[in-house]
Amino acid sequence: MRIMAQMAMVMNLDKCIGCHTCSVTCKQAWTNRTGLEYVWFNNVETRPGLGYPRRYEDQDTWKGGWELGRNGRLKLKGGGRLQKLATIFNNPKLPEIEDYYEPWTYDYENLLNAPAGKTFPVARPHSLLDGRPMNPQWGANWDDDLGGTYKTGHDDPMLKGIEEKVTFEFDKSFMFYLPRICEHCLNPTCAASCPSGAIYKRAEDGIVLVDQNRCRGWRMCISGCPYKKIYFNHSTGKAEKCTFCYPRIEVGIPTVCSETCVGRLRYIGLMLYDADAVTAAASVKDEQALYEAQRGVFLDPRDPAIAREAERQGIPLDWIDAARKSPVLRLINDFKVALPLHPEYRTMPMVWYIPPLSPIVDAVRETGHDAEDAGNLFGAIDALRIPLEYLANLFTAGDVEPVRNVLDKLAAMRSYMRDINLEREPREEIARAVGMTGAEVKEMFRLLAIAKYDERYVIPTAHAEQAHALEELATDCPVGEGSPGVFGGGSGGPVPVAIQTLRETKARMQADDMRQVPGSVSYLDWDGHGVPGRDTTEERHPHGIPGAGPDLPVDPQAEAPLKGMRAQEDPQ
Amino acid sequence: MSTFLFAVFPYLAMAVFVVGMIWRYKYDKFGWTTRSSQLYESKLLRIGSPLFHYGILFAVLGHVMGLVIPKGWTDALGISQDAYHLVAVVGGLVSGAMICVGFAILVFRRRTVKTVFNATTVNDKAMYLVLGLTILFGMWNTISTTIDHHHNYRETVSPWFRSIFAFSPNVDLMATAPFQFQAHAVLAFVLILIWPFTRLVHVFSAPIQYLGRPYVVYRTKGDTGQRPTPSRAPQGTWTSPTARK
Repeated sequence: MRIMAQMAMVMNLDKCIGCHTCSVTCKQAWTNRTGLEYVWFNNVETRPGLGYPRRYEDQDTWKGGWELGRNGRLKLKGGGRLQKLATIFNNPKLPEIEDYYEPWTYDYENLLNAPAGKTFPVARPHSLLDGRPMNPQWGANWDDDLGGTYKTGHDDPMLKGIEEKVTFEFDKSFMFYLPRICEHCLNPTCAASCPSGAIYKRAEDGIVLVDQNRCRGWRMCISGCPYKKIYFNHSTGKAEKCTFCYPRIEVGIPTVCSETCVGRLRYIGLMLYDADAVTAAASVKDEQALYEAQRGVFLDPRDPAIAREAERQGIPLDWIDAARKSPVLRLINDFKVALPLHPEYRTMPMVWYIPPLSPIVDAVRETGHDAEDAGNLFGAIDALRIPLEYLANLFTAGDVEPVRNVLDKLAAMRSYMRDINLEREPREEIARAVGMTGAEVKEMFRLLAIAKYDERYVIPTAHAEQAHALEELATDCPVGEGSPGVFGGGSGGPVPVAIQTLRETKARMQADDMRQVPGSVSYLDWDGHGVPGRDTTEERHPHGIPGAGPDLPVDPQAEAPLKGMRAQEDPQ
Repeated sequence: MSTFLFAVFPYLAMAVFVVGMIWRYKYDKFGWTTRSSQLYESKLLRIGSPLFHYGILFAVLGHVMGLVIPKGWTDALGISQDAYHLVAVVGGLVSGAMICVGFAILVFRRRTVKTVFNATTVNDKAMYLVLGLTILFGMWNTISTTIDHHHNYRETVSPWFRSIFAFSPNVDLMATAPFQFQAHAVLAFVLILIWPFTRLVHVFSAPIQYLGRPYVVYRTKGDTGQRPTPSRAPQGTWTSPTARK
């Protein structure tokens, strides 16, 4: 048994309102650079829908992930090592920019500079790739909220097997949001597909990263990843991907997407797993058994024998402790309400999802029935096959049973807690019907609904003795060409990203105004002269005579007339 | 002049090549890529790129056969000049055609697809010019050898090429070769001279080690392969063309 720790995430889809805050903050933090205009490390898809890039889940086309060979052993669906090298001059399975979308901006300047005329000036869209005026035809969330789905929705690969039953008539449809980041898989195909060996899994926390100095831009990772969550920076010619915000995680703060999630639906914590068991679990023949097989490789740190062995194998004690308190462990293994996204890709993904009950609740409510009544909900979960089968296609390779169990638990929690809220006697039989006790239901409710910050995120800090190695792992964010200090100012030698970020975040949070934050600039009190943030009183000279200013006495009484003088000089 | 071109210049080019490659690897690992343009356009690339690259690989083998293996060896094996010539000409024409067609498609694509053209640096253009001229003269050599048996490069160019590596360059041999052979050789050394400073470095990242590597790479502390240069802007010859917009 080789025990390893994995930083993992669970998202509670019932609480996602599709506001895209996670996408936007992630974009601002990581991909607002040339070459990554079309890239969203975090995106939110409306399902049913085509996703981003379009139809990425159709592995008959893209050949991402693993499959079982005739000998029952795992092999890359996109072809083995020799085939990869043979097709290295032209990657045959690479999505084109149209499969994502052609990024664009607007000609805002025209709004200001257009000559006066009868009509309002407009800001025309221009391609960010070649600058030409363009007519946007698709975007990262073009079919948001089922927009246009009546036309495109039937191309959703996840409708396989239930095509006839799904209608895209607006009033009869169901929908939910699916936020996606890199899965940081236990058995990642991007890393396995990389000819250069540039993509690696960090042994300490399982985060999958691209070594920018080793990547040679062969693009095999992009084809290999079935989730299409690794991207090609067309400016630098290198692959880039979600980093699980490792500089933040190392100092114990959650990822940007989690931190800024308004719905508070993301959970981050450690999972301990047996690395020796991964290949066998990923090679299970029956696709629908992969969910249980993956749960089988997880180890329970609350078991003293496991904890002792983990410690013996060098996992720090505070990490084992954090693994015990991991909300992810509670949701995946105790309550069993979280499911992996597309276990059939056999990559052992580590961002799991609590499937949404809301499409069913909405349907029940629309029929005029009580949508919080356990009986009504249980019945509806069975009766409304379409959402159930669709969710099963996403999370359990089509097996509706685990999905039904999760939804039953969520329905039971809803119903059980309503009685408590209405100061009625809670009915234990509701909890029992889904194999739980009332206390467990309450605890699940606390974790899912109250969702305290400290309970959602249990992130042990990287160890000081490891920290140096971690941040120097050649993963330095490739923030671009000749633009030092993208992470903020600072002089002297390079400051490791993690430490710098923490220091600045803290300073920003505690400061009363931005002038106290080193490296920051406040535009609020900038008068438009000189350089913002630099004290302009030192730069400008009264009467325009160089040297006149600084030589004046600087005691407070002498300052006053000087200020008056400037005010006269600058009638603003 | 021939002393410079056929004795001094090859050593100069190779010295710059060796030092340049070490420098580039040490200071510009981040820029060590061809900056693939497949994301912009893939239909033309799908035909042009494999044609060109497999043609080049084929041609490299042909050059090894023609330049490195002395005529005496093949004679000793009983391979007649006619038989050798047939193999060389057929191989040369096929790979030459692949290279020329592939190169033409790639250059056409690079010029006409605006996104690809925008991503082309001056450095790239200069390199394509030298490479194109080298290919042109190489093709001329192949065709002239096919038509006219009169000049046997295995008695002039090849011994000269080997004499460079024996550190006693035989300038006279090369000086008697036809113009197109001289031009091809000099251009090839120009290509070697500029090699470390262009995207051609990608040739030396052919990922052969992939065949023997475990699929998933783990890294732990102190196991970074080599010490990176953190928090530093990439150095070297390369600047992103799109970043300048």
